[in-house]
Amino acid sequence: MSANGVERVALFGGVYSNHLALRATLDDIARRGVRDAWCLGDVNGFGPAPERSLELLRASGVPTVQGNYDHSLGHSLDDCACGYTDPEDERLAQLSYDYTVARVSEASRAWLRALPAEARLTLGGRRVLLCHGSPRKQNEFLWDSACSDAFLDWLCDAYGADVIVCSHTGLHWHRALAGGRHVVNCGAIGRPAHDGRPNTWYAVLSFAPERVLVEFIPVHHDHEAMALEMDTEGLPRAFSETLRGGVWTSCLGNVPIRERLRVHEPVAGGTAMERLHRVPQGRVEGSPPP
Amino acid sequence: MPEPEPRIGPGLTPSATAAEDPSRERTHQGFPAQPFHHLDVLWVQVAGTLCNLSCTHCFVSSGPHEDRHAMMTRSEVRARVAEALALGVKEIYLTGGEPFLNPEIEAIVEDTLALAPVTVLTNGTLLPERRVAWLAALTRSARYSLELRVSLDGTDAAAHDAFRGPGAWLRTLAALRALSGAGLLPIVTLTQPEGSDAAEVTARCVEVLRREGVSAPRVKLLPMFRLGREATRHGNGAPPATLAGLPAAAFDAHRLQCGGCRAVTSRGVFVCPLLVDERGGHMADTLAAAARPYTLAHSACATCWATGMTCANG
Repeated sequence: MSANGVERVALFGGVYSNHLALRATLDDIARRGVRDAWCLGDVNGFGPAPERSLELLRASGVPTVQGNYDHSLGHSLDDCACGYTDPEDERLAQLSYDYTVARVSEASRAWLRALPAEARLTLGGRRVLLCHGSPRKQNEFLWDSACSDAFLDWLCDAYGADVIVCSHTGLHWHRALAGGRHVVNCGAIGRPAHDGRPNTWYAVLSFAPERVLVEFIPVHHDHEAMALEMDTEGLPRAFSETLRGGVWTSCLGNVPIRERLRVHEPVAGGTAMERLHRVPQGRVEGSPPP
Repeated sequence: MPEPEPRIGPGLTPSATAAEDPSRERTHQGFPAQPFHHLDVLWVQVAGTLCNLSCTHCFVSSGPHEDRHAMMTRSEVRARVAEALALGVKEIYLTGGEPFLNPEIEAIVEDTLALAPVTVLTNGTLLPERRVAWLAALTRSARYSLELRVSLDGTDAAAHDAFRGPGAWLRTLAALRALSGAGLLPIVTLTQPEGSDAAEVTARCVEVLRREGVSAPRVKLLPMFRLGREATRHGNGAPPATLAGLPAAAFDAHRLQCGGCRAVTSRGVFVCPLLVDERGGHMADTLAAAARPYTLAHSACATCWATGMTCANG
């Protein structure tokens, strides 16, 4: 806790074997002086050389909540259980999973297996629940535009939390609910947010007695080097193109229309996604989006 | 480069296990009982059983003169949505019949979309230019997603029109093109022919839609249910399979959509959108009273079980 009574925690998920983004995120967290950090799972998949991210994450000491990919690898399951409904998404996901599963050591599997499905913290007097997909299901997609306030309130009630932080979808968002409760999706650091920009995102939450601040922080890394490494490893071109262009070219089957359209919406001051990301640092809870 | 020094947060408490499944009961008839987990999805039969088409396979036997379930008014829908929100509903599906026959449909969609994500299921034959423009504007301005589901029963005019009547394919494809042209991404729900390969059927449908001018097609397959007119079409053959013989150990309480949905019509609350005309489908007058286990005695339950299908988008 800092001198002014504010407790801060950095939350990132969806590393997706992007070890360059993981290194950049860890450095950024340190640079900001945020001493507490959690990884919300899915350390692998999508990117190259899975052990590089696993080694980096373990060496950092950042506690990690298990994602569906971590669960599948840990238990040597046949697929990643990402929950895709489109056959082409499934095909690409399987290529990536087969590549990954062949390159993860037994020691890493044991580590992934042992990760907790959730974690509960008390920060600023609030009950904080960290999970990968949702509090009730490891691979449930919680998209901003597909969850009513009523549902998020119910999740907070049913799982005894004032603040829920999840990941899994790869797109970050924050909902300030009535009564000072919050649901945050910290996004993914391993893959851009389908907004036409190559940077990725993580979140820093600041807990003061009277309020919660949610900041989304862009992660800048050498995405071109990462894309090249993926190509060299023979991973699907659709994946490296996503890193280069900042637009998802696969795994769109489950994405609701609001999130899919954001990338295409040119308006004054940039696309809707760009405006969304221009949230002033230190936005106060409950303030309307810009 | 400085090494970060993250540590476990000061308020760390041991991780708890997620809520356990309710116990798996079996009823005295030997059918499994589906526990009710939570109301994720509310189906609202806004058009009742009224439809401008009379498809030969309609599982709710809808048509121009079918008024077994009456059209719902805007205020009826509002009241049901309020009930569902009080139970923490995640998203709302508007169905029928054909929702766009309801004269209050635009107000109903706008009311509902202000409170929750909405999906409208349509046959795509009642979408003139003005309505497409309204849908496009609303989709872009709304806080929640407004999804459209458009039904196809084949990947060519002959197959589709065999179920839906002459000209239906042309009208629906024109609507899909118009929606796509307005920047929307309708989900095409395609009935899957029995015994066909899902990936193959999906790929063919995507290819046809692209060729017809629908960019970025989204396709969802649905199995054919022997309900309503589709049951009549098949006549009195061997009795369909049920879940009576399913071993208790094989039952997965999270496989079926009825663990997380209910359907409302002008006549009350039903277990799911498929069984609104079937014996045992009606559960209660209020959603709260229908938040209880359901006995999976109908043959449609066996179809959902076997195919792992959900009527929801994902």
